[in-house]
Amino acid sequence: MNIHEFQAKELFVKFGVASAPGRVARTPAEAEAAAQELKSSDLVVKAQIHAGGRGKGTFKNGFKGGVHLCKTPAEAKELSSKMLGQTLVTHQTGPEGKMVNQVLIATGVDIAKEYYLAILTDRATSAPIVIASTEGGVDIETVAEKTPDKIFHEPVHPLLGLQPYQARKIAGLLGFQGAQFRQFSDLLLALYRLFIGCDCSMVEINPLVVTPDGKVLALDAKFNFDDNALFRHPDILAMRDTNEEDPREVEASKFGLNYIGLDGNIACLVNGAGLAMATMDIIQYAGGKPANFLDVGGGASKDQVSAAFKIILADPQVKGILVNIFGGIMDCNVIATGIVAAAREIGLKIPLVVRLEGNNVAAGKTTLADSGIAITSAEDLADAAKKIVAAVAAATE
Amino acid sequence: MSILVDSNTRILVQGITGDFGSRHAKLSLDYGTKVVAGVTPGKGGQTFEHGSFKVPIFDTVSDAAKQTGATVSVIFVPPPFAADGILEAVDAGLALVVCITEGIPVNDMVKVKAAMQGSKTRLIGPNCPGVVTPGTGKDSHGGCRIGISPGYIHKRGNVGVVSRSGTLTYEAVWQLTRRGFGQSTCVGIGGDPVNGTSHLDALQMFNDDPETEAIIMIGEIGGDAEERAAAWAKDHCQKPIAAFIAGATAPPGRRMGHAGAIVSGGKGTARGKIDALHEAGIAVADTPAVMAETLIKRWKG
Repeated sequence: MNIHEFQAKELFVKFGVASAPGRVARTPAEAEAAAQELKSSDLVVKAQIHAGGRGKGTFKNGFKGGVHLCKTPAEAKELSSKMLGQTLVTHQTGPEGKMVNQVLIATGVDIAKEYYLAILTDRATSAPIVIASTEGGVDIETVAEKTPDKIFHEPVHPLLGLQPYQARKIAGLLGFQGAQFRQFSDLLLALYRLFIGCDCSMVEINPLVVTPDGKVLALDAKFNFDDNALFRHPDILAMRDTNEEDPREVEASKFGLNYIGLDGNIACLVNGAGLAMATMDIIQYAGGKPANFLDVGGGASKDQVSAAFKIILADPQVKGILVNIFGGIMDCNVIATGIVAAAREIGLKIPLVVRLEGNNVAAGKTTLADSGIAITSAEDLADAAKKIVAAVAAATE
Repeated sequence: MSILVDSNTRILVQGITGDFGSRHAKLSLDYGTKVVAGVTPGKGGQTFEHGSFKVPIFDTVSDAAKQTGATVSVIFVPPPFAADGILEAVDAGLALVVCITEGIPVNDMVKVKAAMQGSKTRLIGPNCPGVVTPGTGKDSHGGCRIGISPGYIHKRGNVGVVSRSGTLTYEAVWQLTRRGFGQSTCVGIGGDPVNGTSHLDALQMFNDDPETEAIIMIGEIGGDAEERAAAWAKDHCQKPIAAFIAGATAPPGRRMGHAGAIVSGGKGTARGKIDALHEAGIAVADTPAVMAETLIKRWKG
């Protein structure tokens, strides 16, 4: 799950991570009031969408840029009125853009030096790790490749947590001195409390800045939360903005389906995440392009299959469907009955290839064959991929 | 022989009275597995019944192990309580804990792994289908089935299977069985980013197991467990290995169902893993349809 910049700021305030003061606004009037509260003549108005590249984006109303500097509350109000309720297109949103429902009004920050700071769960050691660099504000992967000596790694003992001496050690490695040495150490310890306290899988501050007057501040942040832990963080779950998500993925999650839209034309419906990925792969191997990842889990009930078909068919690009179920314990005939019922209910008009394997598979195949619906049965995975690719090629000729 | 478990292994089930746990405890009993105890706090003294089977239920893992001689636990408890369940089984001194539960917070697992340092317990999972050592009866009856795999697709034999994915494991096992090749043990290590047993651990055990003659290793995008296993196998594994990596078509930055299946920062790609496997001399199946075929070709020529 991702969150907005203003929500990240709220978490920074809650955990004591120093950052520039800011307020969220949903109307131009709120923006004006927020700017007044900040009592600064150095303001920035930022459109709140999850996609990056906001500064260089363009609104569909012609207004250029999702990030603007200004000096007065009146200007903040004026700028907000051009962003709120408008659609912002950036290189990450795709041509359809994203509706801006909120803006962040924050005090502007002058930068003397930029750093990079992140905490994440390191899979190799199964423990948190702090990553810091003197090269901030740029792509950290490039830094890692070109100047690996400028990146510092500090592993954290999972049961002890980040110790103050470790924070000081990193402050020293980054070259902080005097008041900033202390400011940075405090910021890092607060960030670790946030990382653990919110069950993040990653929190990245890029850049962390030192201002000309010597303040150490988190300027831009990216959070990844562990979805498995959201049950114990209702406050973070409440930050979810479904407007920012693919509506098909939101719909799928209501039915316990795990769906991810891709840009091909052969949809697939599979039980199990690994097999679902492998099914996408074999479609591509057979010369087709997968339209989605879809894991129906262990069950594949009629209602789930029916919901899955609806979500799949909402994508106008989809020209054929491959169902691949390894019904190990589930009765394949029950699954086949569900597929037939769902196909009938939807009035399926595009090619459907079904590969069933497992318990009571013969009866399942008979049910498919006797359904009176044009369902192609496949012998195995390779056969299924070949058949759906051929059917879609024939249909789109 | 086999690895981890055999037909004499005595199993206890944590969460035996839950919907999921009871269904699979029954299937294991039907498979001929020695399910000797169940644990549900507050239901100690009751009995779990299935046909002629009567399995005593205990309040704690420690009691269950002491009174029934169980050495292995399988965990079906819901995600918020699963980490505690693992730690309880470790505290009871069990040899092996297999955690089926999907959706355990990663930070819980990070702490569990740290707390398990120095203990004699091996953890498999979480978010895994479990472990099967097939039996010699009809449809592999009489084996040890721990978890949620369909038992009947197995056949007793000499191929070790290790995988991060449930249904892909079934796929590989079924391909082997249909071609007449049985399995020594099949291990689902799970799809979470922090887990107990790695591909590498499983390869080492298979390499040391006299019954295992060849190995199928199934991986997927995310992390570098497959690369590390490959690097070890290159110089140390004396048995033929075939591998398959799922997720070549997965978009970067997206979690593909499994919590651990994600390409991030250009790391953990299928391409990188496949290259590492080739580099180690491991045969890589081009598609999931030819996992068994690829192994048999490498193994039998």
